[in-house]
Amino acid sequence: METIQTDVAIIGAGGAGLRAAIAVGETDPKLRIALISKVYPMRSHTCAAEGGAAGVIKPDDSLENHFNDTVGGGDWLCDQDAVDYLVQEAPRELIQLEHWGCPWSREPNGSVAVRPFGGMIKQRTWFAADKSGFHILHTLFQTSLKFPSIQRFDEYYVTDLIVDDGRCQGLTAIEMRSGQMRQFQARAVIIAGGGAGRMFPFTTNGAIKTGDGMALAYRAGVALKDMEFVQYHPTGLPNTGTLLTEACRGEGGILLNKNGRRFLQDYGMGPETPVGKPQLKTMELGPRDRVSQAFWHEQKKGNMLPTQWGDCMLLDMRHLGEKAINERLPLVRDVTTSYLGVDPVTDPVPVRPVVHYMMGGIDTNIRAATPLAGLFAAGECACVSINGANRLGSNSLTEILVFGRRAGLSAAEYVRSGARPGNDAALAAKATAAQARIRARFEKTGGKESVAALRKEMMTTMERNAGIYRSGDGLSEACVKLGELRHRYAEVELTDKTNVYNTDLLQALELGSMLDCAEAVAASALARKESRGAHQRLDFVERDDKSFLRHSLAYYHPTDPPRVEYRDVVITKSQPGVRDYSGDHQ
Amino acid sequence: MSRKPYVREMPRFAWVFRHPRYLRYMTRELSCLFIGAYTLLLVAGIGRLAEGPAAYEAFLEALKSPLSIAFHVLALGFAIYHSITWFNLTPKALPVQIGEEFAPDWVITGAHHVIWVLLSLGILSLAGAF
Amino acid sequence: MSERLVEVEVLRYNPETDSEPHFQRYSVSCEEEWVVLDALNHVKETIDPTLSYRWSCHMAVCGSCGMMINGEPKLACKAFLRNYEGVIRVEPLAHFPIERDLVTVIDDFVSKLARVKPYLIPKEDKPLSAGEYRQTPAQLKKYKQYTLCINCMLCYSACPEYGLIPKYIGPAALSLAHRYNADSRDGGREERAQEVAATEGVWDCSFVGACSEVCPEHVDPASAIQQEKIANMVDWYKEHLMPGGAK
Repeated sequence: METIQTDVAIIGAGGAGLRAAIAVGETDPKLRIALISKVYPMRSHTCAAEGGAAGVIKPDDSLENHFNDTVGGGDWLCDQDAVDYLVQEAPRELIQLEHWGCPWSREPNGSVAVRPFGGMIKQRTWFAADKSGFHILHTLFQTSLKFPSIQRFDEYYVTDLIVDDGRCQGLTAIEMRSGQMRQFQARAVIIAGGGAGRMFPFTTNGAIKTGDGMALAYRAGVALKDMEFVQYHPTGLPNTGTLLTEACRGEGGILLNKNGRRFLQDYGMGPETPVGKPQLKTMELGPRDRVSQAFWHEQKKGNMLPTQWGDCMLLDMRHLGEKAINERLPLVRDVTTSYLGVDPVTDPVPVRPVVHYMMGGIDTNIRAATPLAGLFAAGECACVSINGANRLGSNSLTEILVFGRRAGLSAAEYVRSGARPGNDAALAAKATAAQARIRARFEKTGGKESVAALRKEMMTTMERNAGIYRSGDGLSEACVKLGELRHRYAEVELTDKTNVYNTDLLQALELGSMLDCAEAVAASALARKESRGAHQRLDFVERDDKSFLRHSLAYYHPTDPPRVEYRDVVITKSQPGVRDYSGDHQ
Repeated sequence: MSRKPYVREMPRFAWVFRHPRYLRYMTRELSCLFIGAYTLLLVAGIGRLAEGPAAYEAFLEALKSPLSIAFHVLALGFAIYHSITWFNLTPKALPVQIGEEFAPDWVITGAHHVIWVLLSLGILSLAGAF
Repeated sequence: MSERLVEVEVLRYNPETDSEPHFQRYSVSCEEEWVVLDALNHVKETIDPTLSYRWSCHMAVCGSCGMMINGEPKLACKAFLRNYEGVIRVEPLAHFPIERDLVTVIDDFVSKLARVKPYLIPKEDKPLSAGEYRQTPAQLKKYKQYTLCINCMLCYSACPEYGLIPKYIGPAALSLAHRYNADSRDGGREERAQEVAATEGVWDCSFVGACSEVCPEHVDPASAIQQEKIANMVDWYKEHLMPGGAK
């Protein structure tokens, strides 16, 4: 097997991976960087983020405001030292992107413009129309081309981390175009592999978001933290699940039930505010968990609009006018018009909550380091945790920048502090073992299971039992079912047994990642007997700070269900309180 | 090595017929032949003029032949096609930003067409056509 | 939801078993509102797991799923079945080598993109502590549309010049060069000129305009290229005809 020597190997070339690579390149041009991704960088799912990135920039705002919004929005499950770091670094990172050419939308005087976002008390979301993630991704990708030390390995699928001597020392990956396996010997590894929304059938996430990065760390013994917290974005297109950014409401769009009532006022997010004059941190600018949960209750009451794709609420943006919609929400208009046949200028758009984001992920600390020496993680695949039990919209683009950079700096520091040279023979042996496992899967005959069928069963299980509201019974059922699916997964036989760009094999490996992540979600959710943020239990309806002001940590077991442990949340200055989205706070 | 990327050779000429937009493009490009030929004809006319009135008269007489008239009609058609399609492309090459907004394409195209018509009328009137 | 039986004819090529590409036809039971990508996914899930193609976002921003659909370069996620009658013919993007089935080799584009230096080369250095560069909405608008390129390469497939002259840098990369040249914060035009103003840069473009016709993001590469031609021509005249113009 061909071996590639590098200093820092980065898995994933989306926003976090690219930012990490640039940070390493800037720190020390002599460090060799291998940027490895299963897709070309510009295909990464960062491109689909729409609304913007939060960072304090305007004089009426303060870091303390951003901190409080984030911690309260996360229902006090955030590590407050990490949130402090995030809000402090955010403005610098966003300005840095501006200096790299990001086309942020502007005020008439040429300064950067900001827009309101859910759960934020001040306007602090930097945006580039409604393609903010797209522009961040392309700015980072194009900037990365300046660095000769960044060597890209596009369309390489990482199958295993190589851990020896108690530290991560590399990985194995399949070059998609040849089907050949490669060993990467690295002094440090950063995982920036994104989320796992594809565990669910109805999601804003692209096909590539299959939790591969999470699963790599998980199988290598690193815990997946707070996996039970899965964010439903309130406004997805009902048929395709395509995201309609929260900026639709930030710009003044309103949510109606079938009777034309702005129902959020009945769920602790009122009183009603004037149409077209959005007031911060209340009504339509409430946090995503609360808005999605309000939808669920209205649906139970029969107040939602039945459509061929299920019950929907209406997102009404007509009063914004054509000019504002074209300028600020052009993608939204394009998407609703072409995929749903509804023009937001003339008609309210039916929408329903859709799986959007994993708050949980690879256990990392404030330095983006995992407990496994030499392994770092950043972005959606990681859990620092700054998102706690519910992420505020526009904090994740900031997170990929701040903690992507942090991961790069930490990895560079780790490498330069002189990690002992690895044992080449031991590493090669582990790589060969990893290759043998993949080959066994590849060559397996007589299997009775298919990737598509197992994937469908997994998705159905997750949707039914790990949705907006959960119950002990449902979650128990999910745990059993997912355990069964993991066993049956061993019986998958590929139809395609050729080497070049074998997407049958790719999808099988992705399914393996998703099954592992899904089991961590279900087991962590079952164990958390309280309701907090995006994790709502019908059998434990209250938040329970006494028992569960703690992060869950799910540890992998090759054949049994994961073991779930807990760790206290870091609290520095904000004691758990009541989340107030009534508008009274103003 | 199992890779063996397959290269589809592009036909040297037949590609023109793959899509109407390529045909339209080639028509625009080929129209220049007629415009060029007409220019050569004018140069020849000036040559005859320099040779004296008799030569020039003969040249004018030759222009009245059916073949010549057919050529002129064809060249005029192509010249108009070329001008219109070319002016329609001008907003791409010469976008005009006024304040924040760009002038709409039809303004730039329209301006070119108007100037074209006015110049043509001017030349025709100098030539005594009216 | 009304269903419809759609005949999809896909160009297949597996380098390990085929000497050349061939068409394979699938009858797919589709929903009326589907796009071609949905039909392909349905084929892969229920009929033929060996079919290979790229896709991800299903909302026309990731640029993965460019392919020829009835001879026209399209994003499969934005090619609605309702707009097609009869057999739908799907082929890999023209002008690129076929790796396998609908997957093309795009190394050429990726290396050309890097050559035009598609990143900000600041006119004046400014420390981060001094805040953002000022840029008015009008200055932003001047280059904004050229930032919208998703690198889907439909324009390369539509461009006959690229098909005939493989060395030509091509529409998307040149548009991105222009995007930075037109940015009020940038001072790198001269650096980029080495590639952009070369024969294989803008001067290989004969203004077919096909790139702009097929661009799913309305970037209008043809416009970017013509503007660069004019700018470079002006530069040339300044250098060669103006007294003291030679640098």
